[in-house]
Amino acid sequence: MKTVRIGCGAGFAGDRIDAASILAARGELDYLVFECLAERTIALAQQAKVRDPHLGYDPLLAARMEAVLPLCRERGTTIVTNMGAANPSAAAVVVQNIARQLGLQGLTIAALTGDDVRSVVDRGDFTINETNQPVASLGDSLVSANAYIGAEGIRHALELGADVVIAGRAADPSLFVAPLSYELGWSLDDWNEVARATLVGHLLECAGQVTGGYFADPGYKDVAGLDDLGFPLAEVSERGPVVITKVAATGGHVTPATCKEQLLYEIHDPGAYFTPDTVANFSQVSIEPAGTDRVYVDGATGKPRPASLKVSLAYRDGFIGEGQISYAGSGAEHRARLAADIVVRRLTRLGVDTQEIRCDIIGVSALHGSLSKNDCEPYEVRLRVAARTKSLGAAQAVANEVESLYTNGPAGGGGATRTTREVLALASTFIPRELVHCDIHTVVA
Amino acid sequence: MKLRAIAHSRSGDKGTIVNISLIVFDPRHYPFIVRHVTAARVKSHFADLATGDVLRYELPRIGALNFVVHGLAGGGVTRTLALDAHGKSLSSALLEMEIDESLLG
Repeated sequence: MKTVRIGCGAGFAGDRIDAASILAARGELDYLVFECLAERTIALAQQAKVRDPHLGYDPLLAARMEAVLPLCRERGTTIVTNMGAANPSAAAVVVQNIARQLGLQGLTIAALTGDDVRSVVDRGDFTINETNQPVASLGDSLVSANAYIGAEGIRHALELGADVVIAGRAADPSLFVAPLSYELGWSLDDWNEVARATLVGHLLECAGQVTGGYFADPGYKDVAGLDDLGFPLAEVSERGPVVITKVAATGGHVTPATCKEQLLYEIHDPGAYFTPDTVANFSQVSIEPAGTDRVYVDGATGKPRPASLKVSLAYRDGFIGEGQISYAGSGAEHRARLAADIVVRRLTRLGVDTQEIRCDIIGVSALHGSLSKNDCEPYEVRLRVAARTKSLGAAQAVANEVESLYTNGPAGGGGATRTTREVLALASTFIPRELVHCDIHTVVA
Repeated sequence: MKLRAIAHSRSGDKGTIVNISLIVFDPRHYPFIVRHVTAARVKSHFADLATGDVLRYELPRIGALNFVVHGLAGGGVTRTLALDAHGKSLSSALLEMEIDESLLG
């Protein structure tokens, strides 16, 4: 019975490259997937592409490829990634050049485009899911509109013989569904098999989050070797349970508990997980130990894929200005609260136009608000003042007022920092899948 | 006793909606969390942080509940002024919930 070994070398755009190299070198992989595209990341990439049409792909693309391409070529490991972000075609050229420099002649790189549906959205009459307003109401503030495309296009690129497939806004699990279905001969309308592959993708797509990352809680959930956390891989056969494991002699661990946490990560109804490829049912999934750092996962089923594709819309939504300053010793919290009061009054006095101001006392109640329980006075605290504004100037004024606490505020403030940023807000809409047309073009090193 | 003694948790966000899993360490404690960690109790636990409905899904095969908390204050991950924009730290807030040890059995 054929078994495919598929690993995940990144769970977000900035993820660790050394762990990916170890996976490529020692994972004996058939496929290495890099999932690097959060919702906001593609909007930032779109802005980069507007500034320079040769950019708009993942900033770490070149570094990652230099690290793993020779290893993957040696082993015959195919790479699938969404590092194309807003510009898969430019990313393919980057990889082509790196392959040439490394002497990897003949390497075939496929760029998958078509997820950018800005022109479709601009022409059509679509409604924003979150607000029920027409998409057109976003006007010039709309930065990007990308459909979550499924496994079909990636699988087609694999059928064409690509060694590296670079997509943009492909859905995260689809990066895994395409190679698994292709290798194991599963039809993309065999919904139970597609759901099984989707489960593999869902468990692996955050990389270290299934091997002991984002898990440790000393005394309750101890994990050894997090400084050398190994990245995950799955062994998937035509039938029977999937094995989730990781590279031997790396840090972290794969246990039923790590797999359970990741199974439910970012899941709403586990009985109906919507992807472009299927509506998967994870509610009857079983997770059982299969030896050290090996876990059996089984029991996903699927229903037919949705008729519509979700489109992620990014739009400019003003600015956020933020300042922070620390206080320590007796009375630290009182001085921080006085400082917050001064900043809020100053902003009113100066007539700084803010839509919303938030003051947090970090170390007391910044994360959980009134849920926070504090039995004793904290030794040190950090005041954080953040405000939403329409203009960059107002955002800067907010940050300035916090910094001004140095010489104008309570005693003993230290370590002030200030930041301002433009807000790229996200919304979503649905469009019929037949309006999305994917294209593949290949380049050879 | 806190929930942390018998269960672990992870949260993830989709815009203004956050999910918080609750997974028992020992499968014998699953009936306890089904009975005592209700959607209504979680809604009141998070009342100051989220204004919308709380839905609960049961996964008996893995001894887990999944809570979906709507209406996270601040307008969602990309525009909120909150320090933890994603609500990723809410798993720790759920595990702070006090439970009656005498009912554990």
